Amino acid sequence: MEKSIAKLRETFKNGGTKSISWRKSQLKALLQLINQNEDSIFKALDQDLGKSPVESYRDEVGVLKKSVTYTLSCLEKWVAPKKAEVPLLFFPAKAEVMPQPLGVVLIFSSWNFPFTLALDPLIGAISAGNTVLLKPSDLAPACMSFLVETIPKYLDNKAIKVVAGGADIGERLLQLKWDKIFFTGSPRVGRLVMAAAAKHLTPVTLELGGKCPAIVDTLSTTPSKAKVTAKRIVGGKWGPCNGQACIAIDYLLVEEKLASALIELLKKTIKRFYGENIKSLKSISRIVNEHQFQRLVNLLKDPNVADSIVYGGSVDEEKLVIEPTILLDPPLDSEIMSEEIFGPLLPIITLKNIEESINFINSKSNPLVIYAFTEDETFKKRILSETSSGTVTFNDSMVQFLCDSLPFGGVGQSGFGRYHGKYSFDTFSHEKSILHRGFYPEIEPRYPPWTDFKLLFIKLAYEFDYFGLILLLLGFKRS
Amino acid sequence: MLMENKAENKAVFDAESAKEVVKELRDSFVTGKTKSHRWRVTQLKAMLKMLDENEPQIVAALRDDLSKPEFESSLYEIQMLKNSCRLALKEMNHWMMPEKAKTSLTTFPSSAEIVSEPLGVVLVISAWNYPFLLSLDPVVGAISAGNAIVLKPSEMAPASSSLIAKLVADYLDSSCIKVVEGAVPETSALLEQKWDKILYTGNGRVARIVMAAAAKHLTPVVLELGGKSPVIVDSNINLKVATRRIIAGKWGCNNGQACISPDYIITTKDYATKLVDSFKCELERFYGKDPLESKDLSRIVNSNHFDRLSKLMDEEKVSSKIVHGGQRNEKNLQIAPTIFLDVPVNSLIMKEEIFGPLLPIITVDKVEQSFDLIHSSGGKPLAAYLFTNNKKLKRKFVETVSAGGLVVNDTAVHLAIHSLPFGGVGESGMGSYHGKFSFDAFSHKKAVLYRGFAGDAFLRYPPYTPGKLTLLQALLSGSIVGIIRALLGWFWA
Repeated sequence: MEKSIAKLRETFKNGGTKSISWRKSQLKALLQLINQNEDSIFKALDQDLGKSPVESYRDEVGVLKKSVTYTLSCLEKWVAPKKAEVPLLFFPAKAEVMPQPLGVVLIFSSWNFPFTLALDPLIGAISAGNTVLLKPSDLAPACMSFLVETIPKYLDNKAIKVVAGGADIGERLLQLKWDKIFFTGSPRVGRLVMAAAAKHLTPVTLELGGKCPAIVDTLSTTPSKAKVTAKRIVGGKWGPCNGQACIAIDYLLVEEKLASALIELLKKTIKRFYGENIKSLKSISRIVNEHQFQRLVNLLKDPNVADSIVYGGSVDEEKLVIEPTILLDPPLDSEIMSEEIFGPLLPIITLKNIEESINFINSKSNPLVIYAFTEDETFKKRILSETSSGTVTFNDSMVQFLCDSLPFGGVGQSGFGRYHGKYSFDTFSHEKSILHRGFYPEIEPRYPPWTDFKLLFIKLAYEFDYFGLILLLLGFKRS
Repeated sequence: MLMENKAENKAVFDAESAKEVVKELRDSFVTGKTKSHRWRVTQLKAMLKMLDENEPQIVAALRDDLSKPEFESSLYEIQMLKNSCRLALKEMNHWMMPEKAKTSLTTFPSSAEIVSEPLGVVLVISAWNYPFLLSLDPVVGAISAGNAIVLKPSEMAPASSSLIAKLVADYLDSSCIKVVEGAVPETSALLEQKWDKILYTGNGRVARIVMAAAAKHLTPVVLELGGKSPVIVDSNINLKVATRRIIAGKWGCNNGQACISPDYIITTKDYATKLVDSFKCELERFYGKDPLESKDLSRIVNSNHFDRLSKLMDEEKVSSKIVHGGQRNEKNLQIAPTIFLDVPVNSLIMKEEIFGPLLPIITVDKVEQSFDLIHSSGGKPLAAYLFTNNKKLKRKFVETVSAGGLVVNDTAVHLAIHSLPFGGVGESGMGSYHGKFSFDAFSHKKAVLYRGFAGDAFLRYPPYTPGKLTLLQALLSGSIVGIIRALLGWFWA
């Protein structure tokens, strides 16, 4: 493994990844990989997670195609140095900021969106001109194997490598020196990654998680808006990998008096989307493995929690299926309300007044996303200014992921750093400052021996008080 | 709560004390006080007033700690800080405004923006060589972004540290901005706490400790470190101007004790003698025949560093290479500007960051070989400099040398240009600040997407059918032609 990394370093040193044409060729090859292997990708996702082709396209294949295409169209613009303003004092001078690749980067991806979370950062790393080692999650083994086998067939092996393995491989990789580490996963492992990176002063981007709340304030508007709200909530909870997503809705906040109406709407929508009972569930992913299954089942073991179930609750251990489950006001100190759920269980917390949702959200650590279904402009402003999260999405769920112009990342416990679109390019670049000066004219007062006159001159110069400078030079100012 | 050396019983600043400080600041932050534009403006104006009204005291503290010449104190510590405050006051409104983001057909109808919000309670740990600048410049950034702040100045500049503590308490809002003085125990106590951001200026060894401590709380960090900043000197240049500018960036910046000071020079064998002669001439013009008598040079900060630098000078294969200077006064902690010619590349002076008034000159046959030398020297430095009139050389320099910042035909001045981000890469650090970059460093850029209820794409939702797949492909591609085609296909199917 150390040999592979030495090779990556050598390739980088020799400038193999510098040229725009190399970067473009790799991105085009990646697009080809996706286009030519769609069926295999669908198959692997079905095998690992039970994802249907539409979900796989919507959340993985389509997203990636869009990302590569966008990057290809913008790459030349992003790579170009940007001019920076220089004060007159320094004339003649030229200042600019030039993006440069960081070098050899390590990308850790997660199991729930095994293609998107591996390849979207890869797109950023390639576009910025780095060499890359990609370590996909072994908890999605079919997808991992696919990446290990297929990437070498399309991309430049000297610059981009994929390594298979589990936590032990991950640990070994973390002992080595990288120029950047990009990690998607849990806060617990995020700490380990950052601690390991500290030994080499390696900058990191951590895309973590949290409990993404959805504030529901649109049930008493029009019936059609209420319906759309319900669809978007259901789509935002069980749509992305059956709730196993960092940006899935974790829990809902709604006013007491509207709770039953909400539950009815949700039930109807769930039945329409996914089916009536656990035996006939369709269009929904399964739980990834036994360990996660048990974890979720345990969340429901607490009798107070089990009592609060108002819909669903059935599980099928053999098929690793848990049906969409709604809970009404489980105890706030239960594990289901303190840990990120990452599964198909949806607690609804009722409040006397919807404005209380702000305090409720603030009592927990900063999530990746806050969703708010409301048309009250004042409330929207309050949510924006009084809560903190990676992103805020009003009146929808999930779609912010598709916005290439919005940075995607967390704050506080949900992580730091960001990507998507140009932010991916930036996250794998170093912005180098460059100042060009001429030899003339010279500002004599810079140099010792220093006198009161020189001091005054420099003070005026620093304040860009050009008029004062002229006066001083003409003898009208005294030191 | 803060460490007081005056009484017999020292009040110890331990983890408990640190926790209390953070709690107090967090309570202040939660009230929304630091978020208001008015608070930020009053604090920055108060800082300007503080600098205006205490210039002599600041200059005196710097003279105590570093024998820093008044000119340097005034220019690099006070003036630059004032400029920073003024820029923030002028631009803050603009910086605080949300930035509109484009949305595509895929999420139509929608609008998007990026909103800057303060991170919360931040820790600034500063260094001893520019004790005021490196403490308060980050504080300016943190204030402008609306945070509550703890500042830990360096104990190796004790007069400055205690003056900073006093002035901040007198002029700024103590419920939101505090100074904690002390050394390793106090810093460790602070590092155990949960911060929303840490900005550390110093060396790589301690930076690793800071980042490891930050990792426990998933705290993002900015690390402003150092490295060996090389200067490549080509021939066919205005040698006098180049020499003076190198001197200004080296000995004119705290006597070489600055993170962006030229560390060593690379020039051609043919040019070396001319360069050395030029240095001798200009150094004498600036500092006189006996530089130890000059009032315009800082001293070495303490005996540890004096000994460290002496060791570098006295290494056997190095001491014989002195071509200028070498005078020392251990009692006064002074070392004169000293130039070495052709020390071995594996000597100590060429391995570690010098951070002092010693300047090795390495010679190569052709100036282009400098780049190989720089690349093989290990970590990426904070700055790199080139003096040349050759366009091709400039181009190669700019494209291939990796450093925090590059300057062609000058040294150090890029520090003063606020439109350039100031920070390192690799061993010289991560993150950047100055100007708007300071504001950004202490902000969270929150993405906000506004959607309406019209235009709910039914094909997002199950039951998933092959027809929906086709439509979805079109929608995600964002191409209107594709979408129309797919829709028509859907309707006509």
